[in-house]
Amino acid sequence: MSAELFFQSLIDGILMGGIYGLVAIGLTLIFGVMKIINFAQGALMMLGMYVTYWCFDLMGLNPYLSLPLSAVALFFIGAGLQRGVLQRMADAPDHNQLLVTLGITLFVENLALVLFKPDFRSVTVDGLPATISLFNLNIHTTKLIAFVFAVFLAIGLFFFLKKTFIGRAIRATSINGQGASLVGVNIKRINYIAFGIGAALAGVAGTLLTPFFYTSPTVGASFILKAFVVVVLGGLGNFLGALVGGILIGVSEALGGVLLPGSLKDLMTYLIFILILLLKPNGLFGGKTR
Amino acid sequence: MKKSYILYLIAVVFIALFPLFTDNQYYIHMGILILYYALVSQAWNILSGYAGQFSFGHAIFFGTGAYASAILLVKYNISPWIGMIIGAVVAILIALLIGFLSFRYKLRGAYFSLGTLAFAEILRIIVQNMDYFNKTLGILLPIGSNPLMFQFESRITYFYVILVLTIIVTLITYFISKSRLGFNLIAIRENEDAAQSLGVNTFKNKMMAIAISGALTSVGGTFYAQYLLYIDPPTTFGNDVSVSIILPAILGGMGTILGPFMGALIIVPLGELTSHFFGGFAGVHLMVYGLILVLVILFLPEGLVGWFQEKIRLRKLKKEGKANDIAKT
Repeated sequence: MSAELFFQSLIDGILMGGIYGLVAIGLTLIFGVMKIINFAQGALMMLGMYVTYWCFDLMGLNPYLSLPLSAVALFFIGAGLQRGVLQRMADAPDHNQLLVTLGITLFVENLALVLFKPDFRSVTVDGLPATISLFNLNIHTTKLIAFVFAVFLAIGLFFFLKKTFIGRAIRATSINGQGASLVGVNIKRINYIAFGIGAALAGVAGTLLTPFFYTSPTVGASFILKAFVVVVLGGLGNFLGALVGGILIGVSEALGGVLLPGSLKDLMTYLIFILILLLKPNGLFGGKTR
Repeated sequence: MKKSYILYLIAVVFIALFPLFTDNQYYIHMGILILYYALVSQAWNILSGYAGQFSFGHAIFFGTGAYASAILLVKYNISPWIGMIIGAVVAILIALLIGFLSFRYKLRGAYFSLGTLAFAEILRIIVQNMDYFNKTLGILLPIGSNPLMFQFESRITYFYVILVLTIIVTLITYFISKSRLGFNLIAIRENEDAAQSLGVNTFKNKMMAIAISGALTSVGGTFYAQYLLYIDPPTTFGNDVSVSIILPAILGGMGTILGPFMGALIIVPLGELTSHFFGGFAGVHLMVYGLILVLVILFLPEGLVGWFQEKIRLRKLKKEGKANDIAKT
């Protein structure tokens, strides 16, 4: 492998890793607060992609302008799911929560399949150069934008949780729900908000993905497993860990794509996953123990 | 006790006579599907329902059974009857490997579920990338009429084959549930640490559960391949396969003998009906499956059989209560 190819795939991997991180940050927020491993995160991301696609297709809206739309839409869908379904599952065993979110995924994915057909759809962004050249390396503009957004959102979320009242209430709930409710935090409301934010992050990730990734009803499936890997890698409940984990997975996948033939690059993700599960289930960066 | 045995026997005879009542090939096909789903779900039930080790990746074993028999038949002209046994042995080896890694390193709860999911994906990717397995093209199996090669001219024969296989798997599950192994598994499900402190070798028992469950699931995979005569990586190792294996047991009742049957009896016709009425829309039946999954877990977490058992128990308690009241007065 030439040095140029190496650095090119390294850059591609880092940029893609930002998106993985973004999906995973939502997942880890939901886990941190509610201890729910949300299988539906990929399906929610897919919905975000469709919000952007339809805004583009029907109104000619620039994909980046539909960002707030998909965030708000997914926030309410997420909060609604929490209110209607997952709130009732608060004390159910792990596997039942996984199954419920799996059922939601099946439902949402196939609803999209029925409504939107299995066609692969794509959007284009006007007025942007496709790539930027830097030291002989080509950087995809849309991927770079997605990455920058991902980093800013992760940092923004970090400060939101540290500085705002709702953020502090979310953290209090995730550390000790009973204690938080004793000092006047409305746990149920916090759960809706946290789940809503988690879903909104998935929606944002979806929107950022549309300019360089095909939109289809099953697109979430390939992302959700990677998001799990990223979350476990970064340590469940650890935001910055999720971003770093995302980048690690993105890079290992990109390098795997160069080194391994066919679709064997996907093997990297799962092998890393199993190794981490077996050897360091609390993640590379410690994170919360179960 | 004996009365219930007679009831089961009557039920089996009734099912066995089913092809005599109808010569509609479609109904017989549905019957085959019901029995086949009952079989794989029952096999899953041993590990996940009884032992409480919730596998999300049973496609691992299903695909192993399907591919083992198909490869042996197409490449080496070995009968799928033998392929079924070899597939089961390979499935046991894979199960022991996965079990060793998972249980040795104490993967529990959702972590075990996600781990099995990842193992299934690994197998899918490997099969998809190896020329030996025909990559993404899959394997087309020959049509013939040699029963020794698992080829039957009549669908009714397939029906009886799957009936016998399903009865065998059910009996195995039944005897396990009444054996020391079964009690150990239930103890592990209820509280693993407590079981261990009472002297149950949890590692060994879980290894046995995953090996048996894997081997029996692979038998279902072999039947599937030889009945449909075509397999490819997503339809044998895909996530959808794992979900369809899980669903009947969840709906019917995990950790019960009748649960997977009840579940399959409802799921299969429901899936066929929705496909029939919404044939133009691919995916409607999966939407229905998703909805069922959510509703069952929300409102019937013990499944149909569990729900019935609870009702019967409450009724008995009521009766006893009344008897006590009468005795008091």
